[in-house]
Amino acid sequence: MSNILVIAEVRGGVVKRPSLETVTAALQLAAQTGGKVVVVACGSGLDAACAELRKTGAHKVVAVDGPAFANYSGDGYAKAVVEQFAANGAVAVLMAHTAMGKDLLPRVAALLDASVITDAVGLACEGGAFTAKKPVFAGKATMSARATKTPFCASVRPGTFAPACSPSDAEVSKAAAPAGDLLAVVKEIVASAGGKVPLQEAKVIVAGGRGLKEPQHFKLIEDLAAAFGPGVAAVGASRAVVDAGWRPHGEQVGQTGKVVSPPLYFAIGISGAIQHLAGMRTARTIVAINKDADAPIFKVADFGIVGDAFEVVPALTAAIADVMKGK
Amino acid sequence: MDIVVCIKRVPATDAAIKIAADGKSIDPAGVTFELNAYDEFALEQALRIKEQLNAGSVTVVTVGPKDCKKQLDDALARGADKAVLLSTTDWMYDGMQVASALAAWIKTVPCQLVLCGRQAVDSDNNQLPANLAGRLGFACVTEVGKLTLADGAFTAERDIEGAREVVACKTPAVISCQKGLNEPRYANLKGIMAAKKKPFVEQPAQLGARGMEIVALTLPAPRAAGKIVGNGADAVPALIAALRESKAL
Repeated sequence: MSNILVIAEVRGGVVKRPSLETVTAALQLAAQTGGKVVVVACGSGLDAACAELRKTGAHKVVAVDGPAFANYSGDGYAKAVVEQFAANGAVAVLMAHTAMGKDLLPRVAALLDASVITDAVGLACEGGAFTAKKPVFAGKATMSARATKTPFCASVRPGTFAPACSPSDAEVSKAAAPAGDLLAVVKEIVASAGGKVPLQEAKVIVAGGRGLKEPQHFKLIEDLAAAFGPGVAAVGASRAVVDAGWRPHGEQVGQTGKVVSPPLYFAIGISGAIQHLAGMRTARTIVAINKDADAPIFKVADFGIVGDAFEVVPALTAAIADVMKGK
Repeated sequence: MDIVVCIKRVPATDAAIKIAADGKSIDPAGVTFELNAYDEFALEQALRIKEQLNAGSVTVVTVGPKDCKKQLDDALARGADKAVLLSTTDWMYDGMQVASALAAWIKTVPCQLVLCGRQAVDSDNNQLPANLAGRLGFACVTEVGKLTLADGAFTAERDIEGAREVVACKTPAVISCQKGLNEPRYANLKGIMAAKKKPFVEQPAQLGARGMEIVALTLPAPRAAGKIVGNGADAVPALIAALRESKAL
């Protein structure tokens, strides 16, 4: 009863990167519990995914493979994971804190009546007790917590651990999907239009705020993002412009939007309200462009330009395009 | 359809967070509290479903200290029929405990739909809805941005990384609500007056054993102050040079 179960997220036959990162977290934890890492993947046609998961350093891979599991179902997958938990002598379950992880892991925790900590950025097992660190208040503070019972379930924030990679070959076994009706099941997946980079996966985020004055002026933001070349930069937005209906909520950065941590973040015409700073303050490099030299955003920015976005941004877009041409 | 809406009282999103002397909780001095922003979408959706069906009830419930009465009263003023306070003495951060207390109570009332915000903006757990659904044996869809009800079943749309999922969901169900689902209404004077006559029930939460305890709450290290590289478009070359020097480009 010391093994760590990892739920792998497989989409389109491919293991998602945050799941590989979670295997790394599980291997570190298993070294402390003296157990093994068992990876469970649910879906249909999982052979390629299993081949990938064998090369992670996990000790065992279980594929719950069947046509009933072709589309994601939180209740169906949870039942399968709980069966594997019992069959594999596990004490803890880990999964990445992705859209699927938020939907599935807590249900598994409920069925196991387990202690649960989500969005963890650190995990350990000390003296038989699981501990975790997680951001709270959108990162305005960090909570260190100790589980007071087992089983223990935790979701792991994407980007926190390196993806697992090991030449060792894990044992692979197959299991049938549990019988029974599915209560909620995905019937369609619609890809985002235009091959946009998801905000949380972007290497660069160019975010705009009310300083742009009109929704159509976000063209400046889109052009700067495009200057980095295809697949690099995403457009972000402040809460003010999302609430005003200028931009979709999916682009909102901050406490009631997304918490992001890209290598490079541009805040343009964004004053830097507390709830916005909470969502982007862990970006590696922050650039602020604002005409108000006293704007709070300059207190967290590494580099700032005081000036009118309508003059500065086109010049910056041209300069970035030049830099990218040279690469 | 009898609908339960789970809400939470949280520090306002514009609040600066300070740590209390115990090192494990926030210092409430100077912090205003509000209804969790995502719960407003849950309450609004409940009211719209009741209006669509022209039948059923909307009950708001929270697990927390007595101070939560203000947020429950606000929900009544916006149109909920009944409020329930499952009272505790502490800030509720243990997701397992909250889920089990809510599940224990929901099992005692008629309920075909539970609506929640996608997460509370204090503990940021994003785990209560699916945990509750598991304990109740209900269907569940989380972080829903579009919801339609027809013939007693839901079609729910939710954003995933780089795509949108369309989910077929039976009832009874737990649905967690994402921003963008609807435009919440606010209380008007008539609603505030009507709320005073609506049922308000307070009873102790059946919390059960703790699943976790807080060891410490800490503030992140402040970012080192940066520098203004210049003014206006003329400063762009200096910015590019600074970004290259710091290997950001």
